[in-house]
Order: sequence, then C-alpha cells, then structure tokens
Amino acid sequence: MRASPPTWIKLLVPIKRTVDYSVKVRVGPKGVETAGVKHSLNPFCEIGELACEGSIGRGEEASSAAIGRTSSGATKAAVHPVEEAVRLREKLKERIESITVVTIGPPKAADVLRTALAMGADAAIHVEVKDGQDVQPLGVAQALKAIVEQEKPDLIILGKQAIDDDSSQVGGMLAGLLDWPQANFASKLEVEGDKIKVAREIDGGLETLMMALPAVVTTDLRLNEPRYASLPNIMKAKKKPLKKMKAEDLKVDLTPRLETLKVEAPPARQGGAKVSDQAIAKGFKTKYPTVRK
Amino acid sequence: MQRFASASRVFTLARRSYATPPSPSALVLIEHKDDKIVPASLNAITAARKLGGTVTGLVVGEEASTKAVVEGAQKLGLDALLHRTSPALAHALAEPLAPVLAALVKSGNYTHLAAAHSAQGKNIFPRVAGILGVQQISDVMAIESPDTFVRPIYAGNAIATVKSSDSIKIFTVRSASWDAAVSGEEQAAWVSEELTKSERPDLGSAQAVVSGGRGVKSKESFDSIIFPLADALGAAVGASRAAVDSGYADNSQQVGQTGKVVAPSLYVAVGISGALQHLAGMKDSKTIVAINKDPDAPIFQVADHGLVADLFEAVPELTKKVEEAKK
Repeated sequence: MRASPPTWIKLLVPIKRTVDYSVKVRVGPKGVETAGVKHSLNPFCEIGELACEGSIGRGEEASSAAIGRTSSGATKAAVHPVEEAVRLREKLKERIESITVVTIGPPKAADVLRTALAMGADAAIHVEVKDGQDVQPLGVAQALKAIVEQEKPDLIILGKQAIDDDSSQVGGMLAGLLDWPQANFASKLEVEGDKIKVAREIDGGLETLMMALPAVVTTDLRLNEPRYASLPNIMKAKKKPLKKMKAEDLKVDLTPRLETLKVEAPPARQGGAKVSDQAIAKGFKTKYPTVRK
Repeated sequence: MQRFASASRVFTLARRSYATPPSPSALVLIEHKDDKIVPASLNAITAARKLGGTVTGLVVGEEASTKAVVEGAQKLGLDALLHRTSPALAHALAEPLAPVLAALVKSGNYTHLAAAHSAQGKNIFPRVAGILGVQQISDVMAIESPDTFVRPIYAGNAIATVKSSDSIKIFTVRSASWDAAVSGEEQAAWVSEELTKSERPDLGSAQAVVSGGRGVKSKESFDSIIFPLADALGAAVGASRAAVDSGYADNSQQVGQTGKVVAPSLYVAVGISGALQHLAGMKDSKTIVAINKDPDAPIFQVADHGLVADLFEAVPELTKKVEEAKK
C-alpha cells in the first residue's frame, strides 16, 4: 500500500486456465477427465482483463448443441477481468501505470497468460506448479498475497468464480488476507479520484459501494463483453515479459486442506415424453395441487 | 493436568480423546432482509443440524432492523442465538462483518461456521476463511460426517466428496439441497403474509418456477406471457442468461451456474434451449416441463414433459387451462 493516494494505478489481474466452458465434462475413475480436453481462459477471467467469467453464460442459449458432446465453437480466451483492466486503461490513459496478469497453474497455463497479454496486459507472472497438482483457493489466495507484496498493485481485478471448482472464494480470501476492501460480483466499475465506485450484483438486484484503493474487485458476467485478441496483438504479446516463479519462491504452502475422496457423475436425468398441453394442464391438476394457490 | 485414579480410567480417557473428536458446535449466520429471515438461511440451519452437535444462530445488523429477525430466529429451536448490533454492520458489508465472525468463531470454540451460498454468504465467508487461514467449502449439497462434505463442481456435471483437515470448517450451503428449518407457527404466519400481499414467491425457495429464455423475444412478451403463467401456478419467475442480457428480465432472476440454483417441485422452461450453464441451475428440480419449438433443443433431454410448440400460442393456452383447472 502506498502512503499517499495513488496518482497512477497499478493493476493486478489473476487469471485461471480451466476446461473450456462449452465442454461437457466426463467423470472418469479418477475424477473429471481433463487430459486431452479443450482448455481456455476461465470466462470470468476475461472480464476483468483476465479475471474469469464472461464467456460462461454466452453459450447458454446459443449453443444448443452443447449437451452431450464437445462444442467445436470458437471460445474467447477467458477474460472479463482482463477486459475490464484494458478498458480502464482506455478510459484513464496514463493513470494506469501497468497491467500485470498472473496465473498459478501447470506449464500449459502460460497459454492463458499469452492470451491476456494479447488482450492488452503489459506483463505476466506464472507461478508454475506440477501437472495435475491440486491448488485450492486458500493456496491461490496466499500465493497472490505474496505476489501483491512484491508487485504492490493498487487494484486487483479477478473473476467471481472459476467454472471448474465453482468455489467463488479467491477474491474474498485475498481481500481478507490483505485486509483490503472488497467488491464481489461487480457489474460496473468506475474510478473516481483515489476511490472506486462499484455496482455489485446481490440477490435482490444491485448495490453500489464506494471504496478506497487499494482494493479487490471480482467481476460478474455483465461487467463487460470481452474482446478478441487481434493477430498483430497476439504477435506483440510474444515479446512481452513473462516471469516464471515457483511456489517456493513465494514461500507459500500450496498443500490442499481439502482431500477429494471421490468424484462421481451426478444422477442422470431421463427426458420424458413430448406431450400435449392438455396433458400438462391435467398433470398440474392431479400431481401438483400444492403449487396452485 | 489431570491425575487418574486407576488404569481403566486412563484407558477410557485416552480412548475417548483419540476416537471422539470434539462434538460439533456450529455457528450459522442468519441472513435477513426487510426485517425477515432470508429463507436460504433456514436451509443452512438444517444442514448445520446434520452435523449432530449444537447449532447456534447469529443475527447481526442495525438495532432497528434486527429486532423482528431475532424474534423469528427464537422460534427456530436453535441451541443458542447470538445477536450483535452496530450501525457499522447495517448493510452486511464484508469488511466489518468478517473480523467479527472470525473472532466469534475463535472465542466461542465453534467447530463449524455455516451460511447460505447466497450472494451475501459468497461475499462474506471467503473473507472470514482468509482471515482464519481456512480452506472454505462452497455450496455444500450433503454432509457425510462433520469433516466430509459433498459439493458440485464443473457446473454440477460432477459431484465431489471432500474431507477437510482444517480444525474449523467454514462452509456455505446449497439451499436447493436442504429442507428449510421452520417451526409450524412461523410457517403459517409466513404463508398468510405472502398471500395477503399476493407477492410472487422468492425464486430461491419457490415450489414452482416459470422461466423464460431468448425465445420469448422481448420484454413485453416476457411480461405478458411468462408472468401470467407464473401467477396462475403461484410460481416464481426465472430467466436464462440470454433473457437477462437482452433485458427481458432482471439480473437477480437468472437461473444457472452464474445465477441462482433452484430445485422447485415444478420447473417450466419456456423458450430456453437448455445449455449446460442453465441446466446447472435447475436440473435438480423434481419435475421439469419444457416448451420449445425446436424439437432438438437439449432441454428436452432433461425434461419430464416436453411440448414442441410455439410458445406464443402454447403458453397463453396453458395459462388459461391452468386457471380453469383451479376453478
């Protein structure tokens, strides 16, 4: 944290590589099968600039073929937090000092960092872990805290949840560890002087918070529409700095606190017959008397 | 230090200290809004009772807004009820509330801290978990033992059973998987209030849900087609992400992986194709009815009753028939 209100803002955008949102995952003997499955930037991550949640729902109605097989449709590279960081720079120009993206994951997770760099981030940090290593939200939050202490960002933007573990924890945990204010599930973000104004999605609608920097924001789907990286930008991204680190460098213990005992497929649901509306009306009357007033 | 009278007593104590973990003692954050307990908190209390130990309720907020909530919570048969008021806790902001929760859990020697997996629970609990250095367990569907929990991953396409090694277990509860803890008296009062105001039921706890999707085409047709059917059925109104993004419905009505997860007795999907992310929010409904003009829509793979028809004709007709059936 800086002693005086920042005149420039340094952004940190944590992102995650996950199984692509359009993939119908299969549960094998050792849990969800991820080998050979299409991966991409966690959709909620693209929103923030790399935070992860935007493309998740995009397919909700458009991809009617998504069930039962892998969709071959092009996916944006995961990115609402990333998008939001880039938009802040477009709006605030030189007030944004830098945008650094960070991921904690296996060697292949470097792909999502390149995607984020192509979207407009300046630099990337990859905390590399072994393939298949289970890193849980607390470990991620502790590693991010160590990175925050090195990088000294003013604003951290991340996705509201990863679409694989669906935990929705990292942002809040990180804010708690740093003792910074937090705004989860943001659908609007504005910088006003040395403060940020955030509208967040709550169960009944929206609430607006004003908070001092430094702060942690997690992005909801409606924050923005992530952009596609253009080919020239993808080429440029290859020259941007990408720093590799290990968990040991950060002095954090990534040992999982939750042991996964088993992973099973949910009970399958059988589609019923296609019927006439008269039969449905009759069914309501006889089978669900309680739902009627 | 204790001294032991006999060898057999030593044995008993030693065995107990190994074989019996401390009896579960759960603290449940009771969420409230407009002077009422949020129904999802009642599901969280049921889940906490499954742990087999004591269950303590916690109500926090401003003095004025928590009075009725405390009175309601007193009827729930909790082992204890904590009540803390402060103007700083007015809007359930995570920053003032999380340290209070962390301190309470420590000072009260609670083994478990639970809340609904609502926007509020999802906002506050990770911060508490961060402060306490505990790996939270989100969206718990079932409890196998005080340290073993069942939760959905990959948008509900896989179900994981996880065992926590933390001394304090912090978890949020999937409302749709648990019954509500209610005393008969309170339930009666609640229903009559809903009826006199003739409000639509809350999406998260409704017995029936009618949802519209992109196929509804406009906000006007959403209002004129989905709402009358919902009213006829006494149902809450839901929406797909496409419907919300197109402005047909409010954000808070979204059903799916990134919206609300519902499991009503009856779910009617109108003009919704049934993408994975939508199914994640409703596939545990007891009966699913789909109305869609595309016979290949994936929603029909999970629907118990499917109607291939133009929703603009079928839904008004169905609404009329339901109204007639009620007479």
